[in-house]
Amino acid sequence: MTKFEIRGLRADVLIGAEDREEILKGVDLTIDSGETHAIMGPNGSGKSTLAYAIAGHPRYEVTDGEVLLDGENVLEMSVDERARAGMFLAMQYPVEVPGVSMSNFLRSSVTAVRGEAPKLRTFSKEMQNAMKGLSIDPAFASRGVNEGFSGGEKKRHEILQLELLRPKFAILDETDSGLDVDALKVVSEGINRVKAETNVGVLLITHYSRILNHVKADHVHVFAKGRVAESGGPELADALESEGYERFVKAGA
Amino acid sequence: MASPNTGVKEHSHGGDLPISRLDTHGSFDVAAFPVPTGREEEWRFTPLRRLRGLHDSDGAATGAVTVETQAPEGVSVETVGRDDTRLGRSFLPNDRVSALAYSAFSEATVVTVAKDTEVSEPVHVKVTGNSEGEAYGHILLRAESHSSATVVLEYAGSATYSDNVEYVVEDGARLTVISLQDWERDAVQVSHQYAKVGKDAKLTNFMITLGGDLVRISPSVRYAGRGGDAELHGLYFTGAGQHHEHRSLVDHDASNSRSRVEYKGALSGEDAHAVWIGDVIIGEGTQGTDSYEYNRNLVLTDGTRVDSVPNLEIFTGEVEGAGHASASGKLDDIHLFYLQSRGIPADEARRLVIRGYFAELINRIEIPDLRERIMDEVEEKLALHE
Repeated sequence: MTKFEIRGLRADVLIGAEDREEILKGVDLTIDSGETHAIMGPNGSGKSTLAYAIAGHPRYEVTDGEVLLDGENVLEMSVDERARAGMFLAMQYPVEVPGVSMSNFLRSSVTAVRGEAPKLRTFSKEMQNAMKGLSIDPAFASRGVNEGFSGGEKKRHEILQLELLRPKFAILDETDSGLDVDALKVVSEGINRVKAETNVGVLLITHYSRILNHVKADHVHVFAKGRVAESGGPELADALESEGYERFVKAGA
Repeated sequence: MASPNTGVKEHSHGGDLPISRLDTHGSFDVAAFPVPTGREEEWRFTPLRRLRGLHDSDGAATGAVTVETQAPEGVSVETVGRDDTRLGRSFLPNDRVSALAYSAFSEATVVTVAKDTEVSEPVHVKVTGNSEGEAYGHILLRAESHSSATVVLEYAGSATYSDNVEYVVEDGARLTVISLQDWERDAVQVSHQYAKVGKDAKLTNFMITLGGDLVRISPSVRYAGRGGDAELHGLYFTGAGQHHEHRSLVDHDASNSRSRVEYKGALSGEDAHAVWIGDVIIGEGTQGTDSYEYNRNLVLTDGTRVDSVPNLEIFTGEVEGAGHASASGKLDDIHLFYLQSRGIPADEARRLVIRGYFAELINRIEIPDLRERIMDEVEEKLALHE
C-alpha cells in the first residue's frame, strides 16, 4: 500500500536568469496505490508544470509545499533518487538523447531502479516482449534514445519504460496527445497491464476525455489557474467533454 | 578549371598578409616563408613558444622517430630516401613548418594500394617518438585508380615532430585514413596532411586527437577531377593544459565535388585550448559543389578556451549546397534530467551523454577494436576530471 500526497505545492517556471513566474498556486491531492486519478484542464492551467515540478525538472522550482511518497518528501531527493524511490513520469515531450542507444539506456535505467544489473539474456527477452506488447519495431532498440522518433513512437517508449521500471507511482503527462486511435489503444493497453500487474497509483494528466474511455479513472480533478478547482468521479469527465472548460477559465478571472 | 589556390603557384613576396585563403601560396623553399611571429592570422591561436623550435629551427634533425608498418596482401610498403621521385608531387607546402619538414626528413614511408585492388584489412603505420630534439617525417599514401583500402596512421610516444602526409586518391579509388594522435602528454606535433582526390574518388578521414602537449594539424583537400568526395571527421578531447588545433582546408577546384567536414570536441580542465579553423573554397568556374562543415565543442569545466572559425569563400554562383555551423556549449541539462528521471545517477548520466556525443562519430569507424580503444581513451580522460 503506497500513499502519494501533494500538500500545498507552489512552483515557479524559470524563464530566464532573472525571470520567473508562479504557475502552481497551492495544489493538494492524495492518491493511494491502485487508484487512477485524472487531472483535466485547459491549456496553460499548470498541469504539465505539476508533473515536471514533482519530477524535479531544472526549469521549474518548488517554492512551497511538499510531495510525499509514503511519508518521505521526494522534493528533498535528487531527480534520480526520486525514480529509484518508485516515482515515474511519462513526459509529454520525451527528450532526444543522441548517440545513447535505447537498449543501453533501458538497461542502465532498469539496473539503477532495481538496484542490480539484470542478466543480459533475461533482460533482452523482457525488453523484446514489452516492445512487442506495444507494437514497437525491435529495430528501435539500437536507435538513439527518442532520436528522430515520431510523437507516437516517443509515447510508446515512455510506456515501455513504465512497464520495465514498474514504479509505485506514475504520472502520465498527456500521454494521449498526438496519438491516433490505434496507437491510443495500444498505449492504453500498456498502461492497463501495468495497473493490473503492479497496483501502481496513477496520476493521468490529459486535456481530452477520450483516453478515459480506455484507461478507467477512479477520480477526476479539474485543474485551473494552478490549483485543483473541482473534484469528482468519472462523470465529471463526461460533463467537461460536453461543457468544456469555460466555467473554470472564467471563474475568478 | 583549377582555381589559383594552394599548391599551384610559388610564393610571392608581396609583404601583405593574405586576406583570402586564395592568397595562400605554396613553396618548397623554407626561405619563402618568414618565421612566424604569432601575429599572423594562421598563427595567432598557436602558442609558438611551445613549438620547441618547429617553426624557427634550422631544420637539423636532432631527434628521431621510429616508423613501424603492417600491411595486408595487395598493399606495398616501402621506406625510401629523399630522392624518390614519387615524393612531393601532389602538393606544395603552404607554410614554413611544412616546408621545413619537407627539407629536413631523411626517410619517407610510401604505402601503395595497387590499381583495382580492394583490401579489407587495414594498413597500419605507427610513428613512435622516443628521444628529445626535433624529428621530421614524410608519408605518402597512394591509392591507385579504383582501389580501396583503409590506413590507420598512429602517432605515439614522446617527440617534437613535424611531417607532411600526402594522400593521393586516384580516379575511382576509395581511401579511408584514420589518423590517431595518441602521443604521450609531453609531445609536440605539427603536421600537414595534403589530400588530392581524383575523379569520382572518395577520401574518408578520421582525425582523432587525444594526446600531446600541443598538436596542430592542417588537413587539406584538393580535387584532381570531377565527382570527388571528401569526408573529414574529427574528434578531440582536450584535457588540462593541452593545445589541440585543427585547420582544415577544402578547395573545391573541380566541379561536382562534395565535402563534409565534421569536427566534434570536448574540453575539460584548466587551460585546455581547442582551435578549429574550417576553410572551404568553392572555386571560380566550378559547378555543382556540395559542401558542409560543422564544429561542435562540449565544454565540460571552467577554465577552458575554444576558438572555432568556419570560413566559406565562394567564387561561383553555380553551387549545389554550401553551409557551415559552429557551436560550443555545456552538457544539456535536459538530457541529464531525462536520464536521471529514469533512476540513472548523475555521474553515469553525464558519462552516457558524453559517450553518446562522440559515439555518433566513432561508430562510423569500421574497425571495432579501434572504436573501442578510442571510446575507452575518451572515458579515461573524462574520469580525470570527475
